[in-house]
Amino acid sequence: MELLMPPTLGKPRLATLSFDRKFLYCIAGFFVLVVLVLPYFTINTYVIGLGIQGLIYVLLALGLNVVVGYAGLLDLGYVAFYAVGAYTSGILTTKFGWQMWQAVPAVILACIVAGIVIGGPTLRLRSDYLAIVTLGFGEIIRITAQNLEITGGPSGIFGIPTWSFGDWSFNDGLSLPAWSIPAFFLVVGALIGASLYAMKKQVAAIVTGSVAVLTAVIMAVLSGSLTNTITFSSKVILYYFTAIIVLVLGLVGIPRLAQGKLGRAWKATRDDEDAAEAMGINTYAAKITAYIIGAVWAGIAGQLNATYISSIAPGTFQFLQSALVLMAVVIGGMGSIPGVVVGGLFIFLAPELLRDVWDNRYFAFGILLLIVMIFRPKGLWPATSVLPWSRDRRAKDKLPSANEVTA
Amino acid sequence: MKSTAPTILEVRDLLMQFGGVKAVDGLNMTVHDGEILSVIGPNGAGKTSAFNCISGFYKPTSGSIKFLGESILKQHPSHITKMGMARTFQNLRLFKEMSVLDNVKTGAHSRFSQHWYDAFLHTPSFAKSEKQIDEMARGWLDFVGFKGDEELYVTQLPYGEQRRVEIARALNTSPKLLLLDEPAAGLNHSEKRALIELIGRIQALGVSIVLIEHDMGLVMEVSERILVINYGKELADGSPEEIRNNPLVIEAYLGASEGKAADTTGIYEHLLDENDLKVAAADLGVSASHKSAHLPAMPKRKEH
Repeated sequence: MELLMPPTLGKPRLATLSFDRKFLYCIAGFFVLVVLVLPYFTINTYVIGLGIQGLIYVLLALGLNVVVGYAGLLDLGYVAFYAVGAYTSGILTTKFGWQMWQAVPAVILACIVAGIVIGGPTLRLRSDYLAIVTLGFGEIIRITAQNLEITGGPSGIFGIPTWSFGDWSFNDGLSLPAWSIPAFFLVVGALIGASLYAMKKQVAAIVTGSVAVLTAVIMAVLSGSLTNTITFSSKVILYYFTAIIVLVLGLVGIPRLAQGKLGRAWKATRDDEDAAEAMGINTYAAKITAYIIGAVWAGIAGQLNATYISSIAPGTFQFLQSALVLMAVVIGGMGSIPGVVVGGLFIFLAPELLRDVWDNRYFAFGILLLIVMIFRPKGLWPATSVLPWSRDRRAKDKLPSANEVTA
Repeated sequence: MKSTAPTILEVRDLLMQFGGVKAVDGLNMTVHDGEILSVIGPNGAGKTSAFNCISGFYKPTSGSIKFLGESILKQHPSHITKMGMARTFQNLRLFKEMSVLDNVKTGAHSRFSQHWYDAFLHTPSFAKSEKQIDEMARGWLDFVGFKGDEELYVTQLPYGEQRRVEIARALNTSPKLLLLDEPAAGLNHSEKRALIELIGRIQALGVSIVLIEHDMGLVMEVSERILVINYGKELADGSPEEIRNNPLVIEAYLGASEGKAADTTGIYEHLLDENDLKVAAADLGVSASHKSAHLPAMPKRKEH
């Protein structure tokens, strides 16, 4: 069908990044840099372990953000997919002798199937009903795992192997010549920069290139001399880096999914389902896509967690977990990526940091949550937030004057 | 005006029943290519219900609806939009947590294909289609006369501007037929002038328009044909001039009878609900209570 075109097309916006976006990228880059260099300063297993758990929390929150924040589906049983991922990888590696990396596609497939099985019938329901049904499905998965033989019953699965590739596994640690780490960042930076340049995004290419060079320099300085050999003897650190790689993938990929047609369909469905239908959006398809992407993401987080802990039990996948991840999304700000990262870290770290302060730490945690909700009802960093300087600029230049409105 | 243009929408014997209430009761309606048809009728006459049936939001109890020669009775609203029918809503239904531009861009949903991995990798084809969507959305915003900041959230806009954004959003679905449900509700005088002019420009693009409207001044000015509905049935169908002088219509609106019809011609235009009728009755020098004795019962049902 031929498109109906407006008589004059609007001018497209310049392709350069707006200042707000640059600012957010800088914050994100800084955050990633901090977590990257953390092991250079401390290899205290407790701190790094906390870091891994925190990152896995952030991963879960990012995935749930697609479901709740973008598509507006209140999912109270999100931990079900986390369990599906953990159990699939656990069963395949312990019972069938697969290697951990071979289980990755199986986990993705299992989560897609679980997403379709659970989402297929339930996503025709709206808001409150959907919440109740997902709550039920979350419990069904947990109770099934508790009662099946293949999932190890109430005691679960233990002895889950670590990541191994051929002869080498995370247990062997990793010894690298010191020059290879800066070199890695330079190569990655050059590749991304070159592809951005090929897409005629010169500014972004230059920014990427300089960030890569900066990171490489920092890494080189931290490792002392480039002729040293750096040894990551503890597998915990390797898990930590794996989690960071997956997190970066999510931080880049998930907002990108939300940018195009698919993301607009999600948000439109969330805001007004009927109006979205009237725009030609198949809301059911939009919802199930969001649900499946969220499920796959949770499954991958589940697999990471299963290998890290090396044992899984049904008790880990309580409703409380779903509630906490949901809380991370709501506290952070639904549909806002920086908000969700902040929320995930907050929900995970606050009880840990309160551990030393007070015996009743969950009580203190609850009060903290109340305070946040009273003073920031839309979350710590809501999606609708406008950075202060942008707000001033808009108020000054762009708001239509009263004359224009009525003209 | 009996148009010779081809028929694009044909509704036959449409029945929409909610329990015992027949909201639409055997409605017949034909829209020709490129015309502006207004659907008027007292509150609760079934106008919006008919709209909801046509655009696929209600599943009619019986009857047939053909759009571009194809039956759309069993189709989803999204599919009907894809076929080329767009609509706006009686009470604004913009996407509240999306920017003005994104609201308009959603309209292009079914017109461009993008895969999820295109968005994930920002492939050149993704960038190209996004640029095209962007240009079209901005073009439609210009077309409807939106001059504000398109990066704002729609809830930050004044009401009249929100109406414009809604029309731009509907136009961005590339419609052949545009259903406007009370587009002038809540607009001030100059905004109404702008709307009348906008409707003319939309028609000039070759889009047929069906309009539900209570503002008779606007209806008489823009319509080529008017369909009057009462109790879910067609009461009259004809040019504005014919409708203006149709005694049945005047009776439905004013309850006037026995020769009073001639007196009220031209006055009833801006009158619709009972409050207005009281004022009208006073204008006519008749007591309101006397007048309303002749009024047909107007079902006070919330239209959705």
